[in-house]
Amino acid sequence: MGSRASSLLREEEIEEIKKETGFSHSQITRLYSRFTSLDKGENGTLGREDFQRIPELAINPLGDRIINAFFPEGEDQVNFRGFMRTLAHFRPIEDNEKNKDPTASEPLNSRINKLLFAFQLYDLDRDDKISRDELLQVLRMMVLRMMVGVNISDEQLGSIADRTIQEADQNGDNSISFNEFIKVLEKVDVEQKMSIRFLH
Amino acid sequence: MEDFWVVVLAGLKVWVYLIVALLMVPAMFGFSLGISETYMKILVKTLEWATLRIQTVNKEQHIIESSSSNGLIQRDDGSMEEELGELRRSRPKPPVGGDFTLSDCFYFYRRGIEDIVEDEVTQRFSSEELVSWNLLTRTNNVFQYISLKLTMVWGLGVFIRYCILAPLRITLASIGLTWLVIGTTAVGFLPNWRLKSWLSDWVHVMCYRICARGLSCTIHYYNKENRPRKGGICVANHTSPIDIVILCNDGCYAMVGQSHGGLMGVLQRAMARSCPHIWFERADMKDRHLVAKRLTDHVNDNTKLPILIFPEGTCINNTSVMMFKKGSFEIGGTIYPVAIKYDPQFGDAFWNSAKYNMVSYLLRMMTSWAIVCNVWYLPAMTQQEGEDAVQFANRVKSAIAHRGGLVDLSWDGGLKRAKVKDMFKEEQQKMYSSMVVGSEEDNSSHSD
Repeated sequence: MGSRASSLLREEEIEEIKKETGFSHSQITRLYSRFTSLDKGENGTLGREDFQRIPELAINPLGDRIINAFFPEGEDQVNFRGFMRTLAHFRPIEDNEKNKDPTASEPLNSRINKLLFAFQLYDLDRDDKISRDELLQVLRMMVLRMMVGVNISDEQLGSIADRTIQEADQNGDNSISFNEFIKVLEKVDVEQKMSIRFLH
Repeated sequence: MEDFWVVVLAGLKVWVYLIVALLMVPAMFGFSLGISETYMKILVKTLEWATLRIQTVNKEQHIIESSSSNGLIQRDDGSMEEELGELRRSRPKPPVGGDFTLSDCFYFYRRGIEDIVEDEVTQRFSSEELVSWNLLTRTNNVFQYISLKLTMVWGLGVFIRYCILAPLRITLASIGLTWLVIGTTAVGFLPNWRLKSWLSDWVHVMCYRICARGLSCTIHYYNKENRPRKGGICVANHTSPIDIVILCNDGCYAMVGQSHGGLMGVLQRAMARSCPHIWFERADMKDRHLVAKRLTDHVNDNTKLPILIFPEGTCINNTSVMMFKKGSFEIGGTIYPVAIKYDPQFGDAFWNSAKYNMVSYLLRMMTSWAIVCNVWYLPAMTQQEGEDAVQFANRVKSAIAHRGGLVDLSWDGGLKRAKVKDMFKEEQQKMYSSMVVGSEEDNSSHSD
């Protein structure tokens, strides 16, 4: 009789997701519709190719990294809970959350967690350090090296990477730790730049 | 037992006579008995009542209906330069080396996540969501029991649609198509007098009118003075195969397409007997020069009917117009743009070919309430000096999108099935590269 999108999502699940991510009831149901529309195989999970089907994401230079962020270590499929957990990082920080009880666990969309999300997109091997190689890898994804006109050589990228690490590195281990990462970006308006304005 | 069959037979006879008298004859001669108008009026009243019911019940129960016509997120849509400029504001520009900060990636991450939540393209390949329910099961995404009355009306609707309307429509459609085949074959035997083309036109229009009745189509044509003329090319946005029925109710066109086997093949060959259409073998379609030559020859002959082409190349869900393929715009004929907009309240005309095959699609059409659409004929356009085919195609596309109230997209409708070209990613990379390297131009070009 056609798919009844939200009837497949039980009320208890919606409540759990609400607690974990902070999204509202209607936002969760609408994101669930989006999830099911991306799920072409109709098996309740998304694979990498389901994300690749979005043209705007496929042309994003860092698209592959972003898609990777949805999949936990070594897995190929993400379910709706995992999908929401990753999206929750981009929820805007609301005023009433800023003055919350400091002993409560950090919400997924706090400044620290947003920065951690960005950090993990650089730090592929999860050793809590951004090495020169890892930085170089990201730089190579973002720029165009092989066309006539605007070209950046690998040496130039190398020197950019070196300079960036030099500016950030404080303990001299030639890589950027998470704390050094936070320090470098302390003036950047992370709350606004890493947030998406969800309606209702 | 025998009496039973006698009664059934008599009933069938009455049924057929009624259809012929009340529906076919007016269709053949182009006048209307007002039956469809009355049906539409009743339908509109019922749907308004249903919407009101749903709204009242929702208010009583404090259910906030998330309006599906709004987007899910609100975007900033700043350009890459603007956004990266803001991100980099917190640090001074470095004296040497490229301009890069660790926060540059934030722009791409945010854009990527926004596109995962909501993008412009993938939504065009599935049916449009309705603002208020139109009493069809298929559009009811959120199962909510509203009230007994509403459910009863819905049940009555199901009965009417499946047991009364659908058989009627199937009968009409089959009569229409059979008559098309017989009529065009008959006309095909006549020698090439002027009478032949007049008769051919009449047979075609008549049969399409019967088919339109077979789908309960209500069509409004605007600006009929701009109707396509002989020797031109008519382009329109594509939503479903029914577009052909809609357009051919008001004029005759030469069709272009692949020759099929089976029932479609019979139709195609019959139609080709009475007036020239352009059917290609599957292999020939790949040969762009051959296609262009045949189209050019047809267009240059002023006695031949205008060609009907859908430059999007695939069915889109009627909320937007996607990239027009430049092939038809290179031929050099006069282009007559036509905008077609369906009213989704009465029936969803979009053919989602990934989900439904042709037969189930037609059955869905015949069990909707009705097909209501508006057709606008736009003034003719020709390629201007210094404009290449792609620019011309985009100009026509914008005009059609503007007239029909559709979103004008440059994305290729082929993305329904194919992957996006790497070229677009390279454009993004190029733009970013110039933002990194831009500062290099201020320095002297020494390599170290």
